[in-house]
Amino acid sequence: MAGTAYKIQEHKYDIVVVGAGGAGLRATMGLAATGLSTACITKVFPTRSHTVAAQGGISAALGNMGHDDWRFHFYDTVKGGDWLGDQDAIEYMCKHAPAAVIELEHYGVPFSRTDEGRIYQRPFGGMTTDFGKGVAQRTCAAADRTGHAILHTLYQQALKHDAQFFIEYFALDLIFDNEGACRGVMALDLNEGTLHLFRAHGVVIATGGYGRAYFSCTSAHTCTGDGGGLALRAGLALQDMEFVQFHPTGIYGAGCLITEGVRGEGGFLTNSKGERFMERYAPNAKDLASRDVVSRAMTIEIREGRGVGEHHDHIYLNLQHLGADTLHEKLPGISESARIFAGVDVTKQPIPVLPTVHYNMGGIPTNYHGEVVRKVGNDPDRIVEGLYSIGEAACVSVHGGNRLGSNSLLDLVVFGRAVAQRCAETIRPDTPHKPLPASACDEALTRLDRLRNAKGSLPTAQIRLNMQRTMQADAAVFRTEKTLQEGCVKMDAIFQSFDDVHVSDRSLVWNSDLIETYELNNLLYNAVATIHSAEQRHESRGAHAREDYPERDDVNWMKHTLVSVDANGKCSFDYRPVHSHTLTSDVEPVPPKKRVY
Amino acid sequence: MAEFSLPKNSRIQPGKHYPAKEGAKRTRTFHIYRWDPDTSDNPRMDTYEVDLASCGPMVLDALLKIKNEVDPTLTLRRSCREGICGSCAMNIDGTNTLACICAIEDCKAGDVKIHPLPHMPVVKDLVPDLTHFYAQHASIKPWLQTTTPPPPDRERLQSKQDRAKLDGLYECILCACCSTACPSYWWNADRYLGPAILLQAYRWIVDSRDEATGERLDALEDPFKLYRCHTIMNCTRTCPKGLNPAKAIAEIKKLLVERRS
Repeated sequence: MAGTAYKIQEHKYDIVVVGAGGAGLRATMGLAATGLSTACITKVFPTRSHTVAAQGGISAALGNMGHDDWRFHFYDTVKGGDWLGDQDAIEYMCKHAPAAVIELEHYGVPFSRTDEGRIYQRPFGGMTTDFGKGVAQRTCAAADRTGHAILHTLYQQALKHDAQFFIEYFALDLIFDNEGACRGVMALDLNEGTLHLFRAHGVVIATGGYGRAYFSCTSAHTCTGDGGGLALRAGLALQDMEFVQFHPTGIYGAGCLITEGVRGEGGFLTNSKGERFMERYAPNAKDLASRDVVSRAMTIEIREGRGVGEHHDHIYLNLQHLGADTLHEKLPGISESARIFAGVDVTKQPIPVLPTVHYNMGGIPTNYHGEVVRKVGNDPDRIVEGLYSIGEAACVSVHGGNRLGSNSLLDLVVFGRAVAQRCAETIRPDTPHKPLPASACDEALTRLDRLRNAKGSLPTAQIRLNMQRTMQADAAVFRTEKTLQEGCVKMDAIFQSFDDVHVSDRSLVWNSDLIETYELNNLLYNAVATIHSAEQRHESRGAHAREDYPERDDVNWMKHTLVSVDANGKCSFDYRPVHSHTLTSDVEPVPPKKRVY
Repeated sequence: MAEFSLPKNSRIQPGKHYPAKEGAKRTRTFHIYRWDPDTSDNPRMDTYEVDLASCGPMVLDALLKIKNEVDPTLTLRRSCREGICGSCAMNIDGTNTLACICAIEDCKAGDVKIHPLPHMPVVKDLVPDLTHFYAQHASIKPWLQTTTPPPPDRERLQSKQDRAKLDGLYECILCACCSTACPSYWWNADRYLGPAILLQAYRWIVDSRDEATGERLDALEDPFKLYRCHTIMNCTRTCPKGLNPAKAIAEIKKLLVERRS
């Protein structure tokens, strides 16, 4: 057996968290505080996680800037998700939002302040009062660096609670027992090049999204869908993978994010005629319609010849009129980004922008405790013992078909906290570990052996580029049967081509070529799941816009897609019902209706 | 007079040369520090000719183009590519900065020379070992310390003026560019906290919500931890985020003086 050649260092914990972004850190510090022995393994130092790049803010109906209620937030989130979100989970998130944000302030997050000294809140897309009637100021901000402020604070809290980190450890594969319960994870220590088996009663996957499956994205190089890859390879299904959010304002060319907070503070989009075209597409919300609506409008403007620039292929984001003082106080970070990446002085010129892949609504299906679920027979909500998932890696599903801006930072802290509480309720500290089956690690070791010695003809970067170009072209803002089918054929071939991958670096210490190859494998699983899921959903809902099926079809498609991917990249499908009920009688479910802004 | 020289095994040797592909339109040469701990070889400077006509504008774009198309063994940290995560801190043409926001056209005329952050143990190529730096960060207790319980259901109040005191401090991304540019830190990193960590310390001292100012100042009143700063100002000059660690250090020194009088 290949495995005998590898020496494995074994660790035992009650819980292992994989990932140290906002969700992973919130879970880790919560778990550390409960007395469960907890390890957090992360492929980058915690403050390098991509939560750091979140800009605009975190939503919560605090009412600091005027009338607000968490029930309005609930309504907006259901509507924003185009009725694909689970309303019980949405109730849980919106109801707990004010306490979650207050808790962050108590931890020390340097929020911007109002004249009264309260947390400053700004308007954001799709956030309204009185069930769509007014504009809400609900998004709590630390200038335009809210993610940075929150991530650093959570890391500081983890230090305070003396949480145990394994930094620059890469999770290779999940380890299961014979009953199908997750009992640990195999990881590679980059700095030493050694293998580590983390045994645990539960594993929390908090690995973030997979934006890097696309050519142009706001996501970091490290957003490679590692959790989705771990789950799919373990035979679990992912949910709603066809729903990929394009952020309206990525910087043209570079793809770096320009926060929706720019439009929240009064910025607006114009086409080549200088027209504020969003007034035509969303007469009420205008530039603050939800992201899928704005991204489609921009794409149509460009397609109809009203794009700006030499090639008429992008749009202008105007913020010159806001004045230097507001820009300096509220939007200093994006002013800097626009200067560096677009060469633009935002006090004088508009920023060239383009819809850019930003967020994955889909992921590992969970309930609102963060417990991973799978469909078994007629039971769509069977819990996978020992496995949890939170944050962008998961699909709770609070975002449904389209996430509202500033709901993602909220998702991280609310469900990071929820999963820690759930583990504290269900796992007793220092429970003895049952022996693992002798073959539990075989697959992980076989795969490691194969990839370390891969001598095919295609470098990792070449396969990755093929995948990124295909996803960019064929699973874009607008989709049709023809492009999706072509895309599926191409993606299947690219998935297969991974058998012919070539890894050049044969070293042990910091073998980033090997890690990128593992990441590519994870991306490929996510990518085939995404494009095949998009092909089979014959309707338009949220971020999934089919030109051949332009309407939402609640009769046939108000259901979650479940996609499994086998070792050859072949996808198979099943479905789970959407939870159209709420958790308590504190709020009425919102019945589906036409979604207009 | 004593003569100093590097130990034999750390002398940098000339390395491999990778010429530009045929038909390259606009080439620029990059000299990059390489060291592989798996071999007993000395570090070397490899030379890569990159066609800027098919390369993004930043030094990170050039490094990734080399890694993707020429030499996948080239090793560096990178993540956000927009100057907020702090992963790709390195020394480019003699200045510590983030490769992702360092434009190639802004580099000095001629060849571009790239080294890992100076005076840190090297793990491999451009990857320094930052373990000690992180431990120093943890040592200053970089979290909000209070004895007064916060209001149960509301945020603590903080005036706009008090919040403004955190500007220029909370934005630090822990990239370590400043500390590793500081000669005092080069000599005394074992005991001197360095500009990045002192800036973090001041961030908590000046936060109106924090109630441990006295203890924080006590902990810093030490000939090494704080007073190895000799106002050389390399930190402020090199900070890729435009922060001013030297000023933060001066403020701490001022508070200590005021406390005595």
